[in-house]
Amino acid sequence: MENETNHIIPYRTYLYVLAGLIVATLTSVAVTQISLGTLTVAIALFIAALKSSFVLRIFMHLKYENRMFSAAVIAVTMLIAVVIIITLLDYLFR
Amino acid sequence: MNTQKEFGEPGYLDYKGRYKGLFSWIFSTDHKRIGLLYLFSILSLFAIGATLGLLMKFELIAPGKTIMGPQAYNAFFTLHGIVMIFAVVIPGLPAVFGNFLLPIMIGAKDVAFPKLNLFSWYLYVTGVVLVIISQFAGDGPPDTGWTFYAPYSFRTTGTMLPAVFGAFVLGFSSILTGLNFLVTIHRMRAPGMTWLKMPLFPWSLYATAWVQLLATPIIGITLLMVVAERTLHIGFFDPSLGGDPLLYQHLFWTYSHPAVYIMILPAMGAISEIITTFSHKTIFGYKFMVVSVLAIAFVGYFVWGHHMFTSGMSGTALYTFSLLTFLVAIPSAIKVFNWISTMHKGSIDLQTPFYWAIAFIFVFMIGGFSGLILGSLAANVHLHNTNFVVAHFHFIVFGGTGFAFFGAMHYWFPKITGKMYDKTWANIGLILFFIGFITLYGPMFYLGFKGMPRRYFDYDEVFHAGNIISTMGSWVLYSGLAIIIINLFASLKGGAKAPSDPWGGKTLEWTIPSPPPVENFTETPVVTKGPYDYKQV
Repeated sequence: MENETNHIIPYRTYLYVLAGLIVATLTSVAVTQISLGTLTVAIALFIAALKSSFVLRIFMHLKYENRMFSAAVIAVTMLIAVVIIITLLDYLFR
Repeated sequence: MNTQKEFGEPGYLDYKGRYKGLFSWIFSTDHKRIGLLYLFSILSLFAIGATLGLLMKFELIAPGKTIMGPQAYNAFFTLHGIVMIFAVVIPGLPAVFGNFLLPIMIGAKDVAFPKLNLFSWYLYVTGVVLVIISQFAGDGPPDTGWTFYAPYSFRTTGTMLPAVFGAFVLGFSSILTGLNFLVTIHRMRAPGMTWLKMPLFPWSLYATAWVQLLATPIIGITLLMVVAERTLHIGFFDPSLGGDPLLYQHLFWTYSHPAVYIMILPAMGAISEIITTFSHKTIFGYKFMVVSVLAIAFVGYFVWGHHMFTSGMSGTALYTFSLLTFLVAIPSAIKVFNWISTMHKGSIDLQTPFYWAIAFIFVFMIGGFSGLILGSLAANVHLHNTNFVVAHFHFIVFGGTGFAFFGAMHYWFPKITGKMYDKTWANIGLILFFIGFITLYGPMFYLGFKGMPRRYFDYDEVFHAGNIISTMGSWVLYSGLAIIIINLFASLKGGAKAPSDPWGGKTLEWTIPSPPPVENFTETPVVTKGPYDYKQV
């Protein structure tokens, strides 16, 4: 695997991301206390997606990997997004 | 190099490794031995599932109680469904023939993660044990059906948790197998085997592996939600706790419909191999076959709602799911047309695996067309939860996967065991199996159309004649099955020695001895031609 490189991320970055994840978690809990109707689910999904992208890009080093891996993750995310959209065709029009 | 003597290596069955006896099997990381571990596990569970089915049909031979009451009948169809779906047809072709043949067919020595492969089998056995425990622990066996529909699944007094958790563990086994196959196909193809030089069975396993990897976690988390709801009273699906029962159905079928494609795609791959080999002709429309298998896997993700047409979903969702359901029929039809076109002007050799392939196409077509009837919104309202649905999915799942499984078994048996089987008995078994199958499930279309509901131990007198015919069909089917299994086991001892290529196949597994050596190939093969090069024949 001659193309592989070991990218070293400083601990400080990990701590920033950890703090960001905790804040995002607290935000998603706080949002449930406000009555926003169908937007509640949308906001929860948005925050969850944001947190996942941090974990994938920083903790799992996707930011520094071959773009093919990013493409695979994006494709799978799109698939899940379509599944959720189709499910919402039931919930939003019921 | 067509015999093991010339090959210079013992067959995998004669290999003397670190362990002896049973341990040489359950601690082996050889993909071929793991394939056989799955084969014996799956055949044993299939025998249990088939016997449960036989007893259920016997109960239905006459109205009223015959051999069991309603609670026992509910428990029987639940266990029959869990065993057959999660432990037999989902792992059936990928775990048995995929494990055994995928590395050989792509010119590799093993799968990418051999230890993970063995761990998958351990998980499989653990899942099965949990399901068995649920039958004998607590307040009685589960009675929800294999779908574990909420809210009944957390209100019933049946022992649900081990069964649900067993299905969850079986799902993990499936995910790990899929992951292993994906990496194997991406990273370990022989030099020269480009994507479009890969045989169709590995292609079907590739599409299946994506479904296993991406859809199975959904059922995993759903089943854990059921566990959380039962134990911690968190309201996901129970309306009295603020949950939504339809959410369960959405999540369950988001996995369980793609699971049908986990069952059927490898079956289609095996049938493609059989038809081209016994037609002695290159498969018709190879690229279309590849695209169609990927298209079925992809579109198959988005059609789950057709299991919920009468559940109270929104009209918008109903139309969308109905449209998508009709779309998935297109790539399926492409495959059938291409199989028929492959036979056209081929030099057909009428052997047992080929008969299985023809029978597969016949029953799969009936299953497919009845699926289109169920995909129509108006017809579905009438037919939902009737015997018509039971007939449809048995034609697809048992008729599709089951016929392909036995076709693959007769096709690759000489390669796997190094022995030929008795063709006369094999054909007699097939004929009885086929007649029994049609007689068992055919009348259920009529019964369902006339309004007989599924999952009842009793029925109205007007349905009696159809049920008698159907029950008698189950006896014929079971007899055929017994002959097939006995014949194959008898061949292990008394069968003639199999040559390396008994059928004139062109894929890589036919270039090595039967049974294959431990390392499959002494030298890594270099692929220069397409997988079905019959120009010289």
